[in-house]
Amino acid sequence: MLRIECPCCGLRDHDEFRYGGDASITRPGHDDPDPEAWYRYVYVRKNPPGPHREFWQHVTGCRQWLVVERDTRDHAIASVGFARKTRA
Amino acid sequence: MNMSRYSAFSIFRNGLSGHKNWQRAWRAAEPKPAYDVIIVGGGGHGLATAFYLAENHCIRNVAVLEKDYVGGGNVGRNTTVIRSNYLLDGNTQFYEFSVKLWEGLSQALNFNVMFSQRGQIVTAHSADQLDMFSHRANIMRLNGIDADILDREELRRLVPYLDFSDTARFPIYGAILQGRAGTARHDAVAWGYARAADSHGVDIIQNCEVTGFVRDGDRIVGVETSKGRIGAGKVGLAVAGHTSVLGRKAGLELPIESHVLQAFVTEPLKPLVDHVVAYGADHFYVSQSDKGGLVFGGNLDGYNSYAQRGNLGVVREVAEAAIALMPCISRVRLLRHWGGVMDMTPDASPIICPTPIDGLYLNGGWCYGGFKATPASGWCFAHTLATGKPHPLIAAFRLDRFRTGHTLDEAGAGPSVWLQ
Repeated sequence: MLRIECPCCGLRDHDEFRYGGDASITRPGHDDPDPEAWYRYVYVRKNPPGPHREFWQHVTGCRQWLVVERDTRDHAIASVGFARKTRA
Repeated sequence: MNMSRYSAFSIFRNGLSGHKNWQRAWRAAEPKPAYDVIIVGGGGHGLATAFYLAENHCIRNVAVLEKDYVGGGNVGRNTTVIRSNYLLDGNTQFYEFSVKLWEGLSQALNFNVMFSQRGQIVTAHSADQLDMFSHRANIMRLNGIDADILDREELRRLVPYLDFSDTARFPIYGAILQGRAGTARHDAVAWGYARAADSHGVDIIQNCEVTGFVRDGDRIVGVETSKGRIGAGKVGLAVAGHTSVLGRKAGLELPIESHVLQAFVTEPLKPLVDHVVAYGADHFYVSQSDKGGLVFGGNLDGYNSYAQRGNLGVVREVAEAAIALMPCISRVRLLRHWGGVMDMTPDASPIICPTPIDGLYLNGGWCYGGFKATPASGWCFAHTLATGKPHPLIAAFRLDRFRTGHTLDEAGAGPSVWLQ
């Protein structure tokens, strides 16, 4: 079982968390008229075999959104932090 | 190249010498300096493509490059279900063409792929869901595909072991049945295509990983591999699960995420499940192998993964769904479970097309439905490679459909692939 060290609640099984996908994607501005930017935001993913920054929400714990850096080949977690800090 | 044909007589003849003189099924080829077409990926789709390039288009100077061994990837990891009960134009016709190819595949390959048209049942758990299945059945019939709607009592006669009790978690209202759906022996599909392609002169090169592409200007003219540089008139990618990895080396940005899907098999039982049964209230589907094991699967693990193994949370979820539908198997022991890496696309439909890069063709994005598509995928990808234009049956599987808004979202699940 994958376990995530929640900075608020401590080490918890991953099924307490909801996956939120690639955290390296930036949302275009609301007034951005470029369809290419929206296409890339909604669909295009780097999908690396290796370190991957991704969102998880601790839904059955503190309900905080986290950014986890996890290796997609072996699930080793390098870092966990609050999503709000990284999106200043 | 002249492999002996398999037949009842060949079994008898080899029996006379104690079955010690069977020839190998295909050559252990080493790469030539260049080929007309290189297929990257020696799975079902890549091998089928090579076979149909030779068989349908007389293009025989072809190599299939496999980084590991033939049959070690998803073609040997799936739950072997074959069906064509799709809703959307583009999918419906393609998958029905595939079922028709499956129906003649053992003869076409001279290899018994053990295609068993035992029928697939999807259970309905509300009146509305049964209405939805009627809609689907009508679309299938309008496309010439067999489909039947069963009410609760008709279904009960077919599959009495499902939970028809008053305490069922989700009461069964009926089902949709496609009688021509079924299963096949997945290893035999890989081996059958490999042997048939080889007999046409195709080189199947195992332990040969593609590490990069050779360019002449903007055009791709070959591949760098662990066995050296190999030239190619055209390169076709058939590496679903790892399409992003090779796509990036070629300079393609793709709408694909890799996720793990698990499959399970129980200890062998006496014959119990005569069909493929899928649970309409959750994600669970089951068939029984010829050895007696119940082969089943469920949801994705739910986060990006290139690990060919899954986690225990999903084992529990799938087991819960299994018991909710079939309480009679609650004491059956799990023998093995394993994982395969899926190319998940944002609309859960595949991508087969020429790419914006000259000389490069793409076959991927199969999500968790690639096995049933193997013959049609190979057939249509071979056509695309041979002519440079998409086969009409794969016209909807274009890469640019996400950019233009022509997605093919069968489940209407939206672009977060882990929710599909």
